[in-house]
Amino acid sequence: MSNERNLCLSASGLTKVFGFGRQKTAAVDHVDINLYEGEVVSIVGESGSGKTTLAKMLLGLLGPTEGDIYFQGKKRDISTQRKKQEYWKNIQAIFQDPFSSYNIFDKVDAVLLDCIHMRGGRKLPHEKKIEIMAEACSFVNLKFEELTNKYPFELSGGQMQRLMIARIFLLKPKILLADEPTSMIDACSRATILDELMQLRNETGMTVIFITHDIGLAYYVSDSVYIMEHGKFVESGTADDVILHPKEPYTKRLISDVPKIHEEWDLSTV
Amino acid sequence: MPNTMLEVNELTTKYVTRFKEDVYAVDHVSLKVEEGRSLGIAGESGCGKSTLALSLMGYYFPPLHYMSGDIIINGKNISGMDPDEVRKLVLGTEIAYIPQAAMNALNPTQKIISFIEDVVQAHELYQTKKEIYELARKCFDTLGLPEDALQKYPVELSGGMKQRVVIAVSVLLLPKVLIADEPSSALDVTSQKMVIKMLRQLMEVGFISSLIFITHELPLLYNVTDDIMVMYAGQIMEKATSKEAVFDPLHPYSKGLMGSIIVPEKGLRNVKLTAIPGVPPNLKKPPTGCRFAERCKYVRPECTLHAIPLREIGGGRMYRCILSEKELRETYAREAHKNVK
Repeated sequence: MSNERNLCLSASGLTKVFGFGRQKTAAVDHVDINLYEGEVVSIVGESGSGKTTLAKMLLGLLGPTEGDIYFQGKKRDISTQRKKQEYWKNIQAIFQDPFSSYNIFDKVDAVLLDCIHMRGGRKLPHEKKIEIMAEACSFVNLKFEELTNKYPFELSGGQMQRLMIARIFLLKPKILLADEPTSMIDACSRATILDELMQLRNETGMTVIFITHDIGLAYYVSDSVYIMEHGKFVESGTADDVILHPKEPYTKRLISDVPKIHEEWDLSTV
Repeated sequence: MPNTMLEVNELTTKYVTRFKEDVYAVDHVSLKVEEGRSLGIAGESGCGKSTLALSLMGYYFPPLHYMSGDIIINGKNISGMDPDEVRKLVLGTEIAYIPQAAMNALNPTQKIISFIEDVVQAHELYQTKKEIYELARKCFDTLGLPEDALQKYPVELSGGMKQRVVIAVSVLLLPKVLIADEPSSALDVTSQKMVIKMLRQLMEVGFISSLIFITHELPLLYNVTDDIMVMYAGQIMEKATSKEAVFDPLHPYSKGLMGSIIVPEKGLRNVKLTAIPGVPPNLKKPPTGCRFAERCKYVRPECTLHAIPLREIGGGRMYRCILSEKELRETYAREAHKNVK
């Protein structure tokens, strides 16, 4: 089956070094990653393992020290602002902190309107735009009438994060990078947000990269899992293989750190 | 019969907004924690969990106001007492509280030990600095924290370490009841495990007699506490032992909460998470009937007519629903059957 799959985004020998001299640290150290179309991939690691740095490089927010990134078979070129914008039509992100993802001076409508404009809908009549925005909101079970004319601070964290998903629904990128999208949200809304994300993926067939420290979450959503430690992948494979039959001691430790309900949670290991 | 460490009867507290509107964030809550037991409080954000914690320790500063009910901590009734008096009388010695971002409580310009000196001296129990140092050293030693952390500044410690230091400081004066309000939610999984281990240790070595643990992470509650109380819109929805609450919830809201558990265990991938649609009601104008009615899958016309009392079904278990235990179980069984098909 792997022959049929098209490579969507890949990186080889990706490295990012911060600092110089004795302070030199490789946050991401010669990482190879292959992402196929329509796949859900999780990158799991502790804080400080370089997950977010890797994500920023894939997004093009941070230049790699070494290594190349290939997008749809061709080497990625984001040397100019115009090329960057073109690239960002294909890859979009949801960040950890929904409160800092919005421009606090803009109303909520403006966020969605921007997305419509980005997709070439600038010339559409106003009623049509409203209709599209309402559709996006109803996809994430929000009511557009309740949101319109509101500022971001008037929404709850869960609502903001869902509005971020509505944005992705409008933009329909090929790749979605979700950097700890549910870590600041309580367990109830987390289920809703994950369900909506997965539904969106099923409809659009996009590639989703999940970055998380919660191995349970990674297991629930993803097809394949990469475990990251000190800037390197220590273990990778399908979710069932990695999480139910971990081989590396680091993976075993990560799994043992998460509370369980059907098995005994061993507290003696810390 | 074990001693009751904390008893709360029909406690009601309210917030008063800028526009003089009353928000009843804790509404007729009764609970009892016995010596050696731990109670977990679960619920969505905005359900009154943290307000309940503040109310329990008599922390009534505007906009939070005390309305009615009794709070008895180890035989001392503190209901309606002035917060300053409460602080002198019971805080730290009878009841201690760890807020969510407890590590921010440390003063960045003070060493840990001088912070401890300030805390202990406020209670006028120990006189000399040497005595205080000895007390702190013993406490840190028992809890497995390094002694040299006492001579460090907060910036020199990691987030998880700071959190554990603050927990150790909060139990220095051996309080009877410890209220931990999401003590681990800002930490990564490894530090979280250390904090949880420490909380359990506190009970085992006898630093505290009972624990109230507040979180929305149900797998954590299940592993830490003996009983779980589910709160929704300021009311108790269900109270049961941890095992019953997680594997056999009765109230539809608890059922929904338990359906959102994510753990890395076999079979999780085949289960569809059951999210509860909608948001909690606005407590400025609480619904007349069941507060969960508008989000409930099994809602009936009579649910919204009048307030639903808490039903007791034996073994300390109670829930707040119009349906009987048998009806609820039948409904869930029917649904599970439908899902299988």
